[in-house]
Amino acid sequence: MIELREISKRFGAVTANDRVSIRVDSGTIHALVGENGAGKSTAMRIAYGFYTADSGEILVDGRPRRIASPADAIALGIGMVHQHFMLVETMTVAENIVLGAEPGSAFAFDSAAASARIRALSDEFRLAVDPDAFVEELSVGQQQRVELLKALYRDARLLILDEPTAVLTPQEVDELFASLRGMRAQGKTIVIITHKLGEVLALSDDVTVMRDGKVVGRMKTRDTSAAALARRMVGREVLLRVEKTPAAPGDVALEVRGLSVSGRHNALAVNDVSFVVRAGEIVGIAGVEGNGQTELIEALAGLVPADRISGVVALRGTNITSLDARTRRELGVAHVPEDRQKRGLLLDFGLDENAILGVHYRPPITAHVGHVLLDGREIERRAADIIARFDVRPPDPHVPARSLSGGNQQKLVIGREFELHPTLLLVSQPTRGVDIGAIEFIHRKLVALRDAGCAVLLISAELEEVMSLADRLLVIHGGRIAGEVNPTKTTAEEIGLLMTRGAA
Amino acid sequence: MKLRDVLFPAVAVLAAFLVGALFVAAIGDSPIETYRLLIGSAFSWPDGVGYTLFLATPLIFTGLAVAVAFRAGLLNIGAEGQLYMSAFAAAWCGITFARLPAVLLVPACMACAIGAGAMWAAIPGLLKARFGSHEVINTIMMNFIAVALCGYFTQYHYRTPGDPIMETAAVGANASLPRVGDFIPGVPSRIPLNFAFVLAMVACGLVYVLLWRTKWGYELRATGANPFAAQYGGISTGRQIVIAMAISGGLAGGVGINEVLGYRHRYYDGFSDNYGFTGIAVALLGRNHPVGVFFAAILFAVLSRGGIAVDAFTVHVTRDIVQILQATIILFVAAEAVFRGPFRKLGLLK
Repeated sequence: MIELREISKRFGAVTANDRVSIRVDSGTIHALVGENGAGKSTAMRIAYGFYTADSGEILVDGRPRRIASPADAIALGIGMVHQHFMLVETMTVAENIVLGAEPGSAFAFDSAAASARIRALSDEFRLAVDPDAFVEELSVGQQQRVELLKALYRDARLLILDEPTAVLTPQEVDELFASLRGMRAQGKTIVIITHKLGEVLALSDDVTVMRDGKVVGRMKTRDTSAAALARRMVGREVLLRVEKTPAAPGDVALEVRGLSVSGRHNALAVNDVSFVVRAGEIVGIAGVEGNGQTELIEALAGLVPADRISGVVALRGTNITSLDARTRRELGVAHVPEDRQKRGLLLDFGLDENAILGVHYRPPITAHVGHVLLDGREIERRAADIIARFDVRPPDPHVPARSLSGGNQQKLVIGREFELHPTLLLVSQPTRGVDIGAIEFIHRKLVALRDAGCAVLLISAELEEVMSLADRLLVIHGGRIAGEVNPTKTTAEEIGLLMTRGAA
Repeated sequence: MKLRDVLFPAVAVLAAFLVGALFVAAIGDSPIETYRLLIGSAFSWPDGVGYTLFLATPLIFTGLAVAVAFRAGLLNIGAEGQLYMSAFAAAWCGITFARLPAVLLVPACMACAIGAGAMWAAIPGLLKARFGSHEVINTIMMNFIAVALCGYFTQYHYRTPGDPIMETAAVGANASLPRVGDFIPGVPSRIPLNFAFVLAMVACGLVYVLLWRTKWGYELRATGANPFAAQYGGISTGRQIVIAMAISGGLAGGVGINEVLGYRHRYYDGFSDNYGFTGIAVALLGRNHPVGVFFAAILFAVLSRGGIAVDAFTVHVTRDIVQILQATIILFVAAEAVFRGPFRKLGLLK
């Protein structure tokens, strides 16, 4: 169907793609795997006309083609579903899908025709979406189906999906895979970009593995295994399981009693939640994103205004419910936020100035003249420390945080918070968008922190992550704790049910 | 400061002068001769230098004012109103306490000027922190209020009876800053360059230290760079907004010191040659850095001073060429992306 031959692409000094050749056969599902920054998205964006290659050629149906823009790609029957959806939330599904290709005359938009065509498509490919619903009312999984329909509406024969499962629940993943298999049966070709090996094995026919901008492996999915793929991706042996000893829980570090947090529109985002986290244990909270996790962790960190909170939060027996973020930090609360770019980092500041956020106002960072002036050498030392211990690259304290890859940004945030030697660590999505090698590293650090006696509250949308890291696992649904399960005895299916339907 | 922080403004200025040369040539004069007049007269001794630096003084203050607010993520369009309030407050103090000795009166007038500017700017800061109302709207509206208030008090309370000009009575003789002629022999005392210029340079240094060497500056810049991350780091962003606006307004208050204590020794209605608004351009060209603001203010003062000579000594070109230059500088600074590609090719940028 499509073939990339010897494609190279450079961004400044970085070679994103180095003579990359990928062949995708018609009517197959092809997985393109690799760590972040391996160049898989770049290669597919070249195929979709977002970027133009510096050299190399693209063949569609065996003929060399010039794809200079997404419009060229669409004309050739190539569609792409991005990781971050490109939808207008205030418009209907139908309006979103036809945007830019509206049926009707130049002056009149034939919305009935649009709806009818979309209904036919969604029936054909079993993507149950109501064309007249507003996008903002849809779940994430439904929005993704709208994106798929957008491509199908434009007669795409090849669908490229960039990390399609990152935002889905286990059940939604199953539904998506069923749809994709259905499309394959109808003759569509699918490329899925991912770094989740389980998905590769479950779904794809062929795999192409990339590392450092190069293709390092091509194989039939049935001829490979998760361990073999991981070794190819990272270039060394990787532990796919977290190694840890049973927890030795101590005293109660965090106690949450009847906590409710009102979110936007005054609806309760967190509804009467109670639990404890003891020193030396990792308590995981699993749940579909948007079920109150964000509000819960922000309330615990002191980032939600007091008038939106009711209930009690206590740290080692001290009521901290009405304390601000700074005072909570002083009492030993550290926080790795779910959105490192929005919450955790000053992207335009250097790594050095990011390394002191939260402790910037007190000794040893301040010195001289009544502790008003910042001690430049101390800041540098602290930054160098974090960079060295958490392997942040590039190891230059003066580059802006913006220029770091997502994984390195995350290591910087994690390093900064871990170096506080907290009593309680609030950590949300610690490995989102982080590659396998770094995930292993972050997981080890988390377990080490636990073993040093820190109480850890871990929120993650990665089911595998919470299941393997947590010593106790709570499931959140609709702002309530839907149940507690033993992570060593439960199954993904049991948690998945709690995540979607709440307590039985 | 990084290379790009010098490179982009410098190229923008050069490009603007090239475009200006086209205009001059089209009008029918020699660009070289016109620019020689412009630059030469602005740096002649003692009048050129004296007036250029005198004109630069208010622009340094307002440029700094806009830059500090900008570093906190705020657009202070209200420096104009803040400097009017500060000038009037300085004059009020100088008139009301006219008999105080200079050691007391001068600092008192300065404190009034800075305090009035700070207070006037803190109001939109408070409104933003408390109610989220946008500072651009509020600072603009408060400009009108300031001008009207000062005009009212001048007209009905502080004007000398019979004076045909809209101005207050003179301040006490002690409410005065020394002029350049008092220090350098041979410089006539009519040249209004005064000690306020030194204060402006000190202000540049203080702003630098505040922003980049103190925990307060860190919190202010963090608030501007990413308020969500600042809150996460335990910084009260609301408080930073009010503080940043107050500092910004206090800096704009330096204009009142220059005007009242150094130049006219009274409040003169409508004295500001849009210093508050030109300060926005100065801050933009100076990349919101005190060193950049200093040189950008000097440049704008050179254009302003040199324009007079261009007006008088060329055949066709009028001082409007200065407006063209200012406007094209701003255009080129704003259109930074135009230069990015060529710079990369030349290896000047990564």
